[in-house]
Amino acid sequence: MSTHSLEDRFQHLIDHEEKIEARDWMPDAYRKTLIRQISQHAHSEVVGMLPESNWITRAPSLKRKLALLAKVQDEGGHGLYLYSATETLGISRDELIEQLLTGKAKYSSIFNYPTLSWADIGAIGWLVDGAAIMNQVALCRTSYGPYARAMVRICKEESFHQRQGYDILLTMSKGSDEQKEMVQDAVNRWWWPSLMMFGPNDEASPNSAQSMKWKIKRLSNDELRQRFVDATVPQAEILGIQLPDPLLQYNEARGHYDFGPIDWEEFFEVVAGNGPCNKERLAARVKAHEIGAWVREAATAYAEKQKNKIISTVSVA
Amino acid sequence: MRDWPLYEIFIRSKNGLNHKHVGSLHASDPQMAIQNARDVYTRRNEGVSIWVVEANHITASNPDDAEVLFDPATDKIYRHPTFYELPEALKHM
Ligand SMILES: [Fe+2]
Ligand SMILES: [Fe+2]
Repeated sequence: MSTHSLEDRFQHLIDHEEKIEARDWMPDAYRKTLIRQISQHAHSEVVGMLPESNWITRAPSLKRKLALLAKVQDEGGHGLYLYSATETLGISRDELIEQLLTGKAKYSSIFNYPTLSWADIGAIGWLVDGAAIMNQVALCRTSYGPYARAMVRICKEESFHQRQGYDILLTMSKGSDEQKEMVQDAVNRWWWPSLMMFGPNDEASPNSAQSMKWKIKRLSNDELRQRFVDATVPQAEILGIQLPDPLLQYNEARGHYDFGPIDWEEFFEVVAGNGPCNKERLAARVKAHEIGAWVREAATAYAEKQKNKIISTVSVA
Repeated sequence: MRDWPLYEIFIRSKNGLNHKHVGSLHASDPQMAIQNARDVYTRRNEGVSIWVVEANHITASNPDDAEVLFDPATDKIYRHPTFYELPEALKHM
């Protein structure tokens, strides 16, 4: 063992499916990659609450409102699990929040699209959460223990998200012509951005190989995307809608659905900050942080006061 | 959030079982930690009791000491019942 470098030992553990825990030795680049990836994931959960919260007050029934509230609340919790996992790598929560609020950190570009109708809430649950689940199920086996545990917890909560979305679309697709049109329109707008959620094609994703070697990632972007398409097409058929891709077709030889090329120019534009809602999303986060400041201050003041009370009681006694 | 301590959260999922570590969160005081732990970790009946412990009150063993601490146990196979061979005729022990 002593002839091996620390790095060889580390890779050896990973190759044998051992998990890495917070205080174990790890290469700097492994730590940095994880901080970036997990915090981006955390930011995505938090910013992801915004497009949906847009419809909470306008949900068409109490049942839908309760389900949507519960889902959005879950996403807030997912943000917390992931921030906590990131903090185990030696970065503070304040620093992470600051990176988000100053626009230094990225979050999933899918949340920079607007939610124009109630059907969008259905499409988000079905497609966006569906794509997220595909990615997150694979990440339950990621090599970093705290991240893997957060993913397991998240996956347990996610499946209701996708179902409530699909249920919204299913109900509307049995409704009036106008409702059916709303469903089709929402799916037309959300389909391609959902496929982009898995990130660039494998050959255009140079850091993926190292992440796969470290087992931070367990499946490549293209593998995950293919799985998502294969799982989703039959669900679309049941809804009786058309996925907006003329090249989408089952390929007998491959045993998978073929699909058309993705507009990566659009993807990189949104990532660069030029999507339809980038500015609005960030402004909403900054505002929420600012108007919540007095609550944080009050809680700190209260905790201080309680502590002083205990100290003065002790000294009197 | 600034200066709010980190609390480690332990949940007993039902009576008869141990409290188990589920994650962590920041709070201004232990009461808030319990309140927030309830909101994030028990939304689906995952718990009947919560412990919160300020993370900096936990003393952890160093991973570098793992060999010193845990290797002595690996060669003591006589501590396990399977070490002892029993006669065929014996049905239960
Ligand atoms: Fe989530
Ligand atoms: Fe979700």
